[in-house]
Amino acid sequence: MCGSENTRRGTRALILVGGFGTRLRPLTLSCPKPLVDFANKPILLHQIEALVDAGVVQVILAVSYRAEQMEAELQLHAERLGIELIFSHENEPLGTAGPLALVKDKLQASSEPFYVLNSDIICDFPFKQLEAFHRNHGKEGTIVVTKVEEPSKYGVVVYDEAGAIESFVEKPQEFISNKINAGMYIFNPSILDRIPLKPTSIEKEIFPAMASDHQLYAMELSGFWMDVGQPKDFLTGMCLYLTSLRQSHPEKLYNGPGIVGNVLIDPTAKIGDGCRIGPNVTIGPNVVIEDGVCIKRSTILKEATIKSHSWLDSCIIGWRSTIGRWVRVEGITVLGEDVNVQDELYVNGGQVLPHKSISQSVPDPQIIM
Amino acid sequence: MLKAVILVGGSQKGTRFRPLSLDVPKPLFPVAGRPIIQHHIEACVRLKELKEILIIGYYAQSEMEQFVNDMQSLYNVNIRYLQEFTPLGTAGGMYHFRDQISIGNPKAFFILNGDVCADFPLQALHDYHMSREGKAMITIMSTEATRQQAVHYGCLVFDKDNGSVSHYVEKPSSYVSTFINCGVYVCSTEVFNLMSSIFHSRQLEYHGFGNGHNGRDQGHIQWEQEVLTPLAGTGKLFALPVNNWWSQIKTAGSAIYANRHYLELYRKTHPERLANAGTKEIGDGDGSLICTIYPDVYIHPTASVHPTAHLGPNVSIGPGVSIGPGVRIRESIILENAVIKDHTLILHSIVGRGSNIGCWARVEGTPSDPDPNKPFAKMDNPPLFNKEGKLNPSITILGCFVNVPSEKILLNSIVLPHKELSRNFKNEIIL
Repeated sequence: MCGSENTRRGTRALILVGGFGTRLRPLTLSCPKPLVDFANKPILLHQIEALVDAGVVQVILAVSYRAEQMEAELQLHAERLGIELIFSHENEPLGTAGPLALVKDKLQASSEPFYVLNSDIICDFPFKQLEAFHRNHGKEGTIVVTKVEEPSKYGVVVYDEAGAIESFVEKPQEFISNKINAGMYIFNPSILDRIPLKPTSIEKEIFPAMASDHQLYAMELSGFWMDVGQPKDFLTGMCLYLTSLRQSHPEKLYNGPGIVGNVLIDPTAKIGDGCRIGPNVTIGPNVVIEDGVCIKRSTILKEATIKSHSWLDSCIIGWRSTIGRWVRVEGITVLGEDVNVQDELYVNGGQVLPHKSISQSVPDPQIIM
Repeated sequence: MLKAVILVGGSQKGTRFRPLSLDVPKPLFPVAGRPIIQHHIEACVRLKELKEILIIGYYAQSEMEQFVNDMQSLYNVNIRYLQEFTPLGTAGGMYHFRDQISIGNPKAFFILNGDVCADFPLQALHDYHMSREGKAMITIMSTEATRQQAVHYGCLVFDKDNGSVSHYVEKPSSYVSTFINCGVYVCSTEVFNLMSSIFHSRQLEYHGFGNGHNGRDQGHIQWEQEVLTPLAGTGKLFALPVNNWWSQIKTAGSAIYANRHYLELYRKTHPERLANAGTKEIGDGDGSLICTIYPDVYIHPTASVHPTAHLGPNVSIGPGVSIGPGVRIRESIILENAVIKDHTLILHSIVGRGSNIGCWARVEGTPSDPDPNKPFAKMDNPPLFNKEGKLNPSITILGCFVNVPSEKILLNSIVLPHKELSRNFKNEIIL
């Protein structure tokens, strides 16, 4: 009875945070990806809170770099949520399975199953359902699978009616399945016997072996799912998330004059007169939207200012950035932190690094260093 | 007594001004709120001795009638339109109507090409012509261009002391001179004697050797090649070089350039026409705010502009136009009865008569102004397409009755009349 009370009573989870989040640059030049707000909450917190709801009391973050500020900030959230947060640092990249071996001791501290998550996933996290499904079939692992429209772009999962996985097929040219790995798993600690402490891919090396041993099951995800690791998917994921929020917590969405569809606005943001906001817009804390602004399908991060008469569609506006008057921003434009776009300009598909001042239109997609 | 002739050509000309010239003759296209050639007329009527203005071209009488009547009632001089029965060339038309020009025995007459715009220095041109003591048959208004650009114009070489032109060549293939012909002249009526001899030698040629004139009418005479070039070196052709603002109006893009300069000229000649103060005039208004103005801006009295709009610089708003709340317009011409809705931005564009632009739209073109850093640079009139077959970036032009829906962007595009747009357009011609 020397093990901690927590690990016996609650389950544990490992989140594969990984590297620098280069796909979400220029945002991740200013803020570690797990802390970038998605729908006004850090991406990682969406996952941690869902895990806590499912009874998880210990979360291990597998990161490949040290970021003291991020760790300090996340510890505050951990205290608030009453969980233990452990950072596990890789000295060399260990792939998607190696990080499990690195924390083998902790994961083996209990014989209960534990969760593993890729960090960029947004969905209606089905952790309780996953645990029940997993315990029901009694095998070593369960992976969550989700349906996609174009399976030929992904690796698909082939399984029988009970969910027992038969095989994985990379980028199938002929239709064989439309279910892909959703990046969420639950495993019995015995999986650790399969993983060496060296760079190892869980998808390519561990799963096929488990499948051939009939130890791996698939559980279908019913709601939305998106990997929000890059700007285009970040925005698509936001639309899906807000639609889901409309069903689950409509009171969190904003209502008011000029609001169209699902819109999330932080209470500290200021919205001017004659604006049209939405559908699918997230506006962060202390953002100022002046009069006569139109925003669609976009995320405006903390403390940004959008001046009068501007029109924004499909863009992410970085922290403390300023958009001038009569500006048109569209085409998956991502402005980093503290970017200033002067009056009357047009920015289409610009990826603008932090602290830039834009004084000329960017009519075609390009990176502004 | 003085007279003036304004040469306006016909609808076969001015094709590079399309689609703006599709519903209104190019000479009547409004720049700074006035038809292009009304600026010529205003320059003419400032001369006290000027008694008659003859507009010569081959537009149908019916297309010019209303304009001529309006001008006649506005200005205290005789104004008439004389229609050529067929295109007779720059000089053929004047020769055909020589009696109309000569009647009353003017001591001189001005010739102004309808497709130029300028701060016309007619008095100076007149005084200079007269000071040549009867020697001058024609005096040309000349200005300096860059070496590269001069070859696109009539080039002339003249004596810097006495102004006598020793050499004249129209659009040479190699560099001749940086001094170019502005298409503005003052002539003595004896020029008709010269044209008469050209006409008669032409008749001889025509009847003696069959139709040797490229199928043109036998009365066709080219002013530059057949009159100016032979006259150079005879001591009867003079040039007055001036530094006044001047440009051709060939392409639609030059209309915006011309608009800017005519508005600027209004500061001197007609400050009451400018809305620069941003408040309604005492008289038809109460001194209340029109909207935020960045000079220079012209707004027709019948246009309705929301007080939260921001207009200028270089904007002309035509009659009956409606400008909604929060609209921003810069470097553009909005023609009559166009409707611009809330929060829309219009830059470097011409919006045609009766066109409708929705909310939060962006209509933007690329200016083709002369390089301000090059002395004497003129407007380039680039062809529509570049060598790769791509559309050269130009101002954006909406023909009449074009509908741009809300939230769309129209960039460097030309839209022909009566189109309903339903998507964004960039660098396209929309037929």
